[in-house]
Amino acid sequence: MGTIIWTTIGAILTLSVYSFLYKDNPFYKFAEHLVVGISAGYYLVIYYYNFIDPNVVTPVFQLRLGDQAIGFGSGAWWLALIPGLLGLLLYTRFFPKVAWVARWSLGIYVGGYAGLGLSPVMQARVIEQIGANALPLTSVTNVLIVVGLLGTLAYFFFSMKHKGILGVFARTGIVFLMVGFGASFGYTVMSRISLLIGRVSFLLHDWLHLV
Amino acid sequence: MNVFEKMLSIDRRWIFLAIGIAVIVPFFFPLGLPVVVTPPVESLYDAVDEIHPNDAPLLLSIDYAPATLPELEPMAMAILRHAFEKDVNVVVMTLHPAGYGLAERAMLDAAEEMGQEYGTDYCFLGFQPGTSAVILGMGVNIATVFPEDAYGTPLAEIPMMEGVRNYDDIPLVISLAGWSAAEAWVYYAYQPFGQAVGAGVTAVMATDFYPYLSSNQLVGLLGGMRGAAEYEMKIDNPDKGVQGMDSQSIIHIMIIILIVAGNIAYFGARRRKKLEEAEAA
Repeated sequence: MGTIIWTTIGAILTLSVYSFLYKDNPFYKFAEHLVVGISAGYYLVIYYYNFIDPNVVTPVFQLRLGDQAIGFGSGAWWLALIPGLLGLLLYTRFFPKVAWVARWSLGIYVGGYAGLGLSPVMQARVIEQIGANALPLTSVTNVLIVVGLLGTLAYFFFSMKHKGILGVFARTGIVFLMVGFGASFGYTVMSRISLLIGRVSFLLHDWLHLV
Repeated sequence: MNVFEKMLSIDRRWIFLAIGIAVIVPFFFPLGLPVVVTPPVESLYDAVDEIHPNDAPLLLSIDYAPATLPELEPMAMAILRHAFEKDVNVVVMTLHPAGYGLAERAMLDAAEEMGQEYGTDYCFLGFQPGTSAVILGMGVNIATVFPEDAYGTPLAEIPMMEGVRNYDDIPLVISLAGWSAAEAWVYYAYQPFGQAVGAGVTAVMATDFYPYLSSNQLVGLLGGMRGAAEYEMKIDNPDKGVQGMDSQSIIHIMIIILIVAGNIAYFGARRRKKLEEAEAA
């Protein structure tokens, strides 16, 4: 019985959202606000219980109460507290006089992530790609990949006027870029239609049991 | 108003209606259009197929949210069915906060259907925030990132996790994501640890992932509902992916016709206007 009720609520909300295609209306507005509100509440609870509680609250406060054997000598108490405090400093942005303090936390956060990502991202997106595109011109596919790569790079080379051989390559690059955009658009259409198919499947199969 | 101008001024809600009908009809009258399996899907299938049964587990990171469910859940179901049918152990986890319930649902549905037992055939690690830190940490020691499974059981007490310490003990990771999580697995699992990674992504994202495939940083790729349908065909278990392909194909034909008709109407109207201006002059 519970499943039927929840499925029906889901179906009504689905129809409310799609009613926007006819025109904006209160049903759509209600569904939209419901999604925003529920999402905010859901994320808050998930992040608290999966992140803040096990990584900050439990290590810091349970040690004080003596419920958890972390041990002072291990330094775990401070290790948990420092990032917690840095997180709290982010909220100084609400107080204009001390808002600059939030930059410390942001600086550490951005610096940490940049450091973590620099090497693997460079390797994955640049080094490996250069290797993968340095191909022998022994097949039509390889020739197309190499010409497309050089043409696209030429199009984004702005230090010289696109004339002569550079102009030819740049114009070739535009063709490849357009093909790329076309492929992306085709995939985007497929993706959006898939979402519609998913909802129609939900309505016809899970809710109405017609198919 | 001539015919071209009428075409250009058509209320777009008629197009929405036509698309809605074109999606619904194949559910009642399936066309059974063929689904051809492409090399990226074949590669991912082979990678799962080569995992030894009842040994080192497949790590399936179900990193999608409800917004991308129709494209990615059929992939999850197909991969889980394939793995369970081959008696491959599966560790399920998620890097998306909204993915917890969806990952659990796909895992439990597939396990129940295939008669698998929790703890010996599959387990669920749940969600951990901090994508890059989680993936990097698991490369050193999974138990430091996920000390216990999603239900509070320490990993050391889960039979199938015995001897599974880090990526050295995991033959394949597959990330199913509608955001950059699949890329993060390439950056932080493949690059530093050499972990074999496969991906299933939404069709919108698929073109961004082909460079990783062609540079062998991904062992295989499923792109959108089409990728799911192909995998379903490979395991000979057509389900929601294949079911959606008829509607998908009809809509694609319809959109091609609309684009052509729109262009004919646009250029026709422009030509007509020029002729009228010339006559007036």
